[in-house]
Amino acid sequence: MNWNSPAEFFAMGGYALYVWGSFGVCALALALEPFLVNQRRTVILRSLRREALAEKLDKDPK
Amino acid sequence: MNNRVINWFRFASPSSFYPIAGKMIPWFWLLAAVFGAAGLWLSFFVAPTDAVQGEGYRIIFIHVPASWMSMFIYVVMAGWAGLGLALNARLSGMMAQALAPTGALMAFLSLWTGAFWGKPMWGTWWVWDARLTSELILFFLYLGFIALQAAIDDPRRADKAGAILVLVGVVNVPVIYFSVKWWNTLHQGSSVSMTKAPSMAMTMLWGMLLMALCFWMYSIAVALMRVRAIMLERERHTEWVKQLAEVKP
Repeated sequence: MNWNSPAEFFAMGGYALYVWGSFGVCALALALEPFLVNQRRTVILRSLRREALAEKLDKDPK
Repeated sequence: MNNRVINWFRFASPSSFYPIAGKMIPWFWLLAAVFGAAGLWLSFFVAPTDAVQGEGYRIIFIHVPASWMSMFIYVVMAGWAGLGLALNARLSGMMAQALAPTGALMAFLSLWTGAFWGKPMWGTWWVWDARLTSELILFFLYLGFIALQAAIDDPRRADKAGAILVLVGVVNVPVIYFSVKWWNTLHQGSSVSMTKAPSMAMTMLWGMLLMALCFWMYSIAVALMRVRAIMLERERHTEWVKQLAEVKP
């Protein structure tokens, strides 16, 4: 084990800004991308469902 | 033999690829999570402090995987682009389009983590060094591809134009890879070499490889998610999309 305390871990031997600046932005990016892709899917699915519903009501307006 | 050829083309149709991709996505997420957890554990708790760079070297565990993926995804895109031009299959254009944003993100992360590593070690965020500049060009190639595809309304024409751009730009990948050998650069040589024994501690090497596997699985998962959305967008007027359980009202 490299660290004696959580504070030592977060200090990263004086390189905190650089190490956490890299890992933080990476984590953010890798979390944001799937979220955006999922949103893209939600948008197209919603539009497709509306279209299908409109077609159904066209044929069978009850 | 003939049967096998026919089967391959069957998977190339969006209507059969869409459900298969849907089944594979959770597994790739699971693998990404497992490799990521193991890789981060090794990177932060097992790998020793570097003799020269102290704890600052730990950026390597994301910098190298992101850089590898940025180049690898580009080569895969070029493969799909070539296949698309040769066979005119719908799937290849969609795959290239699905991979581009993830590749761009990896190139960006490579440059970003590189800057955050360069500042404490070299004393500068950026230099116009061969390795850094060619990686920046790769980033711009991804952005150019995305912009070109977005600028052309007809998706099949956009695919063709994009494929030519990707294939011309592929010459940049070996330039990035060999830049540290061809020019006298500030950037250090390859971290992992096929020809000589690794110069770093085994735990460091394993941490890096596990993180690379995590990035790899992540890229596959997110590209498959994106290609499924693209399939729905492009094939919205086809019968198979209308028959999907998630679309039926």
